[in-house]
Amino acid sequence: MKEEKYHRCVRWLLMAIACSALGGCDWALFNSKGQIGVEQGNLILISIGLMLIVVIPVIVMTFWFGWRYRESNEKATYTPDWAHSHKIELVVWGVPLIIVAVLAVIIWQTSHSLDPYRPIESDKPALNIEVVSLDWKWLFIYPDQGVAVVNELVIPEKTPVTFHITSDTVMNALSIPQLGGMIYAMGGQRTQLNLIANEQGEFFGQSGNFSGEGFSAMRFTTHSVSDEDFAHWVDKVKQSPEVMDFAAFKQVGEPGEMVHHRYPIYPIRYFGQVEANLFNKVIGQYVTLKDSHSTAMHEAAEVQE
Amino acid sequence: MFGKLTLDAIPYHEPIIMITLAIVALGGLGLFAAVTYFKKWGYLWKEWLTSVDHKKIGVMYILVALVMLVRGFADAIMMRTHLAMAHGDGQGYLPPEHYDQIFTAHGIIMLIFVAMPLVTGLMNIVVPLQIGARDVAFPYLNSLSFWLFVGGALLINLSLGLGEFAKTGWVAYPPLSGIQYSPGVGMDYYIWSMQLSGLGTTLTGVNFIATILKMRAPGMSLMKMPIFTWTILVTCVLICGAFPPLTATLAMLSLDRYLDFHFFTNELGGNPMMYANLFWIWGHPEVYILILPAFGVFSEVVATFSRKTLFGYASMVWATAAIGVLSFVVWLHHFFTMGSGASVNAFFGIMTSIIAIPTGVKIFTWLFTIFRGRLQLNAMTWMTLGFLVTFSIGGMTGVLMAVPAADFVLHNSLFLIAHFHNVIIGGAVFGYLAGIIYWFPKAFGFKLLDRFGRYSFWCWLLGFYFAFMPLYVLGFMGMTRRLNHFDNPAWVPWVQVAVVGAVLIGIGIVFTVVQFVTSYIKRKENRDVSGDPWDGRTLEWATSSPPPFYNFAVIPTADKIDAFYEAKKNGVELMPAPEHYEPIHMPKNTGNGLVVSAFVIAFGFAMIWHIWWLAIVGLVGAVVSFIVRSYDEDIDYYVQPEEIARIEQAHHQTKANAVVQA
Repeated sequence: MKEEKYHRCVRWLLMAIACSALGGCDWALFNSKGQIGVEQGNLILISIGLMLIVVIPVIVMTFWFGWRYRESNEKATYTPDWAHSHKIELVVWGVPLIIVAVLAVIIWQTSHSLDPYRPIESDKPALNIEVVSLDWKWLFIYPDQGVAVVNELVIPEKTPVTFHITSDTVMNALSIPQLGGMIYAMGGQRTQLNLIANEQGEFFGQSGNFSGEGFSAMRFTTHSVSDEDFAHWVDKVKQSPEVMDFAAFKQVGEPGEMVHHRYPIYPIRYFGQVEANLFNKVIGQYVTLKDSHSTAMHEAAEVQE
Repeated sequence: MFGKLTLDAIPYHEPIIMITLAIVALGGLGLFAAVTYFKKWGYLWKEWLTSVDHKKIGVMYILVALVMLVRGFADAIMMRTHLAMAHGDGQGYLPPEHYDQIFTAHGIIMLIFVAMPLVTGLMNIVVPLQIGARDVAFPYLNSLSFWLFVGGALLINLSLGLGEFAKTGWVAYPPLSGIQYSPGVGMDYYIWSMQLSGLGTTLTGVNFIATILKMRAPGMSLMKMPIFTWTILVTCVLICGAFPPLTATLAMLSLDRYLDFHFFTNELGGNPMMYANLFWIWGHPEVYILILPAFGVFSEVVATFSRKTLFGYASMVWATAAIGVLSFVVWLHHFFTMGSGASVNAFFGIMTSIIAIPTGVKIFTWLFTIFRGRLQLNAMTWMTLGFLVTFSIGGMTGVLMAVPAADFVLHNSLFLIAHFHNVIIGGAVFGYLAGIIYWFPKAFGFKLLDRFGRYSFWCWLLGFYFAFMPLYVLGFMGMTRRLNHFDNPAWVPWVQVAVVGAVLIGIGIVFTVVQFVTSYIKRKENRDVSGDPWDGRTLEWATSSPPPFYNFAVIPTADKIDAFYEAKKNGVELMPAPEHYEPIHMPKNTGNGLVVSAFVIAFGFAMIWHIWWLAIVGLVGAVVSFIVRSYDEDIDYYVQPEEIARIEQAHHQTKANAVVQA
């Protein structure tokens, strides 16, 4: 708790500096609506603050020395052969060393505390969502609810969400900047990302890794809603007669066609039913089916852990 | 007969490309006609194309780099203007397949065909002179390196009018760069242009390590070498460590694409993540290969124009070496988001931020060189000051992204784009430009007009801030890179401001060209007869400008750091004219490098278009002509004392005349 208070103080201070310097801070990363994102935003500000200890003196010294020791200033001291000073060298090695040592501690701690694989602590159990990046759209499977959606993400607020991510095309990255960090989506691999929305709202989502001609169309909106609205929404999706089985999955994954020299954003689609284990089947496509199918599945799952 | 090559490969339907090609064709025709009219083909062939003189090869590298800079910049301005239009209902003017080629080409051209040849060009011109040598260790190899690089540049330019270039982004991660998702010839152009120039670069690295380690003037121990030479030595070690992995990686990618191997596909146990690792094992040292020589230039410039010995020589050397070593253990910071464990990410994050220590030391070392000096403000020192401020900011944003947990939100965003342009423009480009102005009189015998250099600097500086500070902001707003269209209205003004910056940089490039042209016109007034126009400190200023082809009639002794400065200070002649000159052993010019490269180009072109018979001809031709050369015994000769005396006499005469006139 104490640490959080301290963080908040630092955050406000640095925010004040950043805002006064740059004017306005309606920037996704500093206007985060997710706990992970807030902490990442703080971390950015703390790191910048720490490095400014060196950077500001450098900038000041550049202007100061450049002006003071200009050729025309005969009054300034001139020592053409002075080239060594133990004191100065100690400082120029020492100060950056200390700062980097502090930074190293911060890096070590935050790499663990903000590890995308780390489950978020909460009273509520995490919502599992399986994400598949396709050419050029996103498929979100809600395995526990038994529904699937293309290009729309709905999550209950204040509930940890565990994204299990893969790709059925080239590499992408699931990125919802206002909630926090991203992680790659890769064929044959399962990656994981844990995020939480602190409040209700609509946040843009995108792919954070270039994936070909329709890459710019990989946008979707994340809706953070109340628990009731989430339940209503799941019901609504369930009423869709469409079934997400492997064949439908492959059909959705077709790249589509360009309109006016650009791939249009694929429309939102609801699937009221999902083939069991579809996500693992997608990942397992590349595993050689030497033994029984289930063994391969098992191995695929194990490799990902 | 012609593999995949048909007339359809020419993009008739793309007006932008066709107009560009028309201009290039007209320009080329004009150049051809001019050379023919003035009967300069013989001169070109004898004095330049077949030359093994390191100074001439250096000049040719820089010339090619500047031409490629224009093309890389044209790509940049197209990207910026397109994106400024392509939001909401606006479509911009570039369809995705064209836009994607442009940003890929921009990256490869600027890194491999602009920055690298500027580095290689500067090291060619300067290093042998700085260490008091008469040429590089392997002059023929040097010529071959250059022509291989030209081969790469030729292939990437061919891709503009014949076929297409890669549409994968310059990192070309599989599976996107694999045959399934990139079936066209674009990716093959990428592979072979990189392979050719990469081979050239590797050979250059070997050559300069040998040159620096074995050919220094008597007395010049390692810890007495000029800092620029030190940075080049470390750079060449990095080249020899980093480029072979690139060659191997691209070879594996080629096997995937040509022979259905599965190194980097998902099928049959392949793994695209391996490519990312291998690519950045080259890619990260590569950025230090680009920046270290620039650091070397700043070290020379700041000491010379502060009229003061460089502060903390030993610190500078150790910092350079430390950066070199560390550059090999940080590659994973390019993909924290791939999902390695927290401890792995943390290790690479900490290693990366450790690089900030030696880099910080260097910055302070330059500052304390200015401290208590007499700083002459000219284009070169303005660039140094601009670099100190700008690079510090870029270093800070770099360390910020080395913090894994922060990188998860900044990764692949425009913040990253802003960061690396910040260190490349604010560091490498300023360094190269300063280096060109600094050593220009040495290479050509007359100084560049400082005024246009300063104009160019200010345009680059302001242009950088206008073009890339908005990108930092856009990164904080969550905008990812390589978008060709977006909907968020809040991003629009920032994207538009960036166009202004790009235009300013364009004006900066124009000023550089103006600087060359006007300085050439007024070359008589700015002649450097002394050989030492800046009151320099190191050996290259001890010989005439331009130096005779053998560089030094007498090899100087350099038993102090800044030997030339010490000699001037103590009123000692560094290279007193002897009674009798000794004969000088020199290499003969050879067109063999060009021939080998021509075969290799044919091979690369044939591989791209699957013209197998030509590939065999190219490969066999290259190997055979290389072997033929190695049996050639007639590769060197001695310059006779009479000729040396005559050349030296003429130089002393001009020098004396200048003194009389003054």
